[in-house]
Amino acid sequence: MKKFTLVILAGALTLITACQKLMPPAPKDEDVLAGTIPGLTPEQEKEHLVGDANFGKIFTKEDGLGPIFVQTSCANCHIGNGKGHPSTGLTRFANVNGTIIDNLLNKGGPQLQQHAILGYLPETLPTEANVFSKRIAPAVMGLGYIAALDDQSILNNADPNDLNGDGISGRPNYVNPTNFFIPQPIHIPYNNQYIGRFGKKAEKITIQDQVVFALKQDIGITSDFDTQDLFNYQSGVNTGDGVADPEVSSNFVYGLVFYMRTLKAPARRNINNDDVVAGENLFAKIGCTSCHIPSFTTAQSDISALSNKTFHPYSDFLLHDMGQLLDDSYPEGSANGFEWRTPPLWGLGLAKDSQGGQMFLLHDGRAKTFDEVISFHGGEAASRRTAFNALSQTEKNQLFKFLESL
Amino acid sequence: MKILLTVTLFLLSLKTIGQTDSSFIKRTAADTSKLKMNMDAVYNRPFLTMGKFPVAVGGYVEANSSYFGTDGVTDGLSFQIPRLTIFLSSSIKKRIKFLSEIEFEEGGKEIGIEFASMDIELHPLLNLRGGVIMNPIGAFNQNHDGPKWEFIERPFSATTIIPATWSNVGFGLFGKYAVNNFVWAYEAYLTNGFDDKIISNPQNRTWLPASKENPERFDESFNGVPLVTTKTALRHRKIGEIGVSWMGGVYNQFRVDGIVVDKQRRVDLFAIDLNTTIPKAKTYINGEWVWAMVDVPDNYTKEYGSKLRGGFLDIVQPILKRKILGWENSTLNLAFRTEYVDYNVGKFTETETNIADHIFAVVPGISFRPSALTVIRFNYRYHWQTDLLGNPAARTAGIQFGFSTYF
Ligand code: HEC
Ligand code: HEC
Repeated sequence: MKKFTLVILAGALTLITACQKLMPPAPKDEDVLAGTIPGLTPEQEKEHLVGDANFGKIFTKEDGLGPIFVQTSCANCHIGNGKGHPSTGLTRFANVNGTIIDNLLNKGGPQLQQHAILGYLPETLPTEANVFSKRIAPAVMGLGYIAALDDQSILNNADPNDLNGDGISGRPNYVNPTNFFIPQPIHIPYNNQYIGRFGKKAEKITIQDQVVFALKQDIGITSDFDTQDLFNYQSGVNTGDGVADPEVSSNFVYGLVFYMRTLKAPARRNINNDDVVAGENLFAKIGCTSCHIPSFTTAQSDISALSNKTFHPYSDFLLHDMGQLLDDSYPEGSANGFEWRTPPLWGLGLAKDSQGGQMFLLHDGRAKTFDEVISFHGGEAASRRTAFNALSQTEKNQLFKFLESL
Repeated sequence: MKILLTVTLFLLSLKTIGQTDSSFIKRTAADTSKLKMNMDAVYNRPFLTMGKFPVAVGGYVEANSSYFGTDGVTDGLSFQIPRLTIFLSSSIKKRIKFLSEIEFEEGGKEIGIEFASMDIELHPLLNLRGGVIMNPIGAFNQNHDGPKWEFIERPFSATTIIPATWSNVGFGLFGKYAVNNFVWAYEAYLTNGFDDKIISNPQNRTWLPASKENPERFDESFNGVPLVTTKTALRHRKIGEIGVSWMGGVYNQFRVDGIVVDKQRRVDLFAIDLNTTIPKAKTYINGEWVWAMVDVPDNYTKEYGSKLRGGFLDIVQPILKRKILGWENSTLNLAFRTEYVDYNVGKFTETETNIADHIFAVVPGISFRPSALTVIRFNYRYHWQTDLLGNPAARTAGIQFGFSTYF
């Protein structure tokens, strides 16, 4: 009997040590889009987790979802913090007549909420709308670095009249600030407007602007910063849901903003691979870097882990004329339909791991390969497309390998 | 709730007396004859009777420890008492029986009446049952006692598609008919049913267990339309049992104060269950598969699926059946479960690709039964959970050790 007890004890001990071995291993840091920026304090790490939970929260009608909405949670569109899928895309609309832009705010604009809580009528596109912008969710990694840039480092690359004659004329999107915007030393106003840096047409100045807008327009959630609930103008029922507004506190919003600010930048893979190195050189040689600028350095930030840090987004955060093929005729801030903000390319190699095994690139997910993406680069980028087309297939493959390493 | 606790404690104390005074207390062993079917599970349990006291008492408890990790992240070792269940049964008169099953979940966090019904036999083929009944959908829902299973976790399909233990207030009929080696049985009940939480819940998917959170369902139907559950099963004494069941009703509130506000939206489940023992090898095979169809509004988000399916297959192989460590007739088993659930069968309209949201799991295990009423079990689980879009699966593994016993 004693022997048996000993055997059991020994068995249990081996088991406990074996536990670790029998568990699925953690994926490599560079293979996932989760985790915090290096250098956070334990308190900041904890706050990040609070924000993470807010980001993953599934809203139900008891929480104030809707009554009309696009999705029930941030994480349903920004799956695993990565790029979104066409099935969770959103549509904005307006009526544009010459220079008169009507966002149809009393017809359900600026964004379509095609879903509704049970027993409530979802929106359809109003007949007055004549321009539409379809977008899929971008990855939300490393945004804290972008938010910590000073306006000057964005303006440094702007060249609206193409004075340097390189064919590229990026310009900032100056937008009206929200009523809760508090200017920081990094901001440089121009005619009471500020430079937008978030969103596909750079129409949001701060992460908080984007978060408050997303809560309301994407999920139908009111917050202290925007207390009026959505309702469906078309239904003839001018009430929102039955939950008292604001449906989330300012702290909930701050938690989300903090989470967005402290998500790490995507790490690169295979950086020493010969093809990747060759591809990166080609990327610069044919002038992709005129817009997809590799490196920036942040200014001083209230989160010290974000102060004076060099990061590699491959973007200039400026608007560019991308030509007819990408023109959705939908203006936003001072951006025209054919103008888009250069999207950061970091995390591109992991896009398919959040998009269901296949890439959906460009603002609306229309391109499934890098080749296709570049073929859509027109307008200011047309000369770079021509240069790309002149590359040999080996060189093109090297360029793709580089993009995949991001 | 307090009364419930007091009664239970009283009955438990009777049990302790019972253990010291065996002439007063008699154990009526579970009837293990092969004529018993899944539908008999509620009565097919060991009970204690006390002298002339008209009530028999029984129960079971489960306790286990587990160590789980997902993609390299673990919360370490933890210990659980997932449930402690007490049964009370009494034969009020010959052919009138009452049985109740009260469950204390997760160390008393939740107390629920899983079953409390009166059965009146008019004829073996015609019995009336009324009260809180366990809807006969699949086999697990009625036959879920921990000590009967070699696996610590309940099957996903039986707890998250069929929301075991799923019991409701209602009435119905059941009956049995035996010829030679065959027994045929049926059950048919009308009960209260689901509510719209099944497609409006923080699980981010069609989730039938969400309706269990509504305590009002024991008081009042959500929409006045009864949930119909019917099952028929056939057992051959030597071969095994096969059951086919259907449960369907309306889950939304389509009428408010007499005004129609929506169409009636249905939820229907269809299940097949079977079990058999391979004669020579004594290999026991037990499985269940369920399909669920939910009428989700067209304009709802894709996360909430309108078709769900899943099931499990257990294989239990006794490898030693003899006196072990002084226990007569004890058994050592090897066990293996595979299970699968797909919470969202369909395609994305935008991309024509499949909607995933599924889990696949394998569970090898060893169990030791010092007696038929007690099981000590060790399981290793590994499961792959794929999100809605079909991105690389999250892998979870766990080691579980525990016991479950009738008392
Ligand atoms: C319906 C899908 C959807 C939901 C839900 C959603 N987003 Fe987004 N998100 C998008 C899209 C599409 C964009 C691009 C928006 C634009 O171009 O204006 C975006 C942009 C963003 C950006 C800016 C990223 C950048 O690089 O410019 C942030 C930050 C963000 N979302 C955070 C959130 C948060 C926080 C929530 C939850 C409150 C949320 N999103 C909910 C689809 C969604
Ligand atoms: C004139 C500025 C400009 C130049 C030059 C340019 N791009 Fe882009 N790039 C953009 C903009 C703006 C978009 C976003 C367009 C859209 O979403 O419709 C984009 C999108 C992309 C994307 C897709 C990113 C995503 O997340 O969907 C890739 C990949 C890309 N560019 C690679 C390149 C390569 C390779 C080159 C060089 C051949 C290049 N770009 C040159 C401005 C530029």
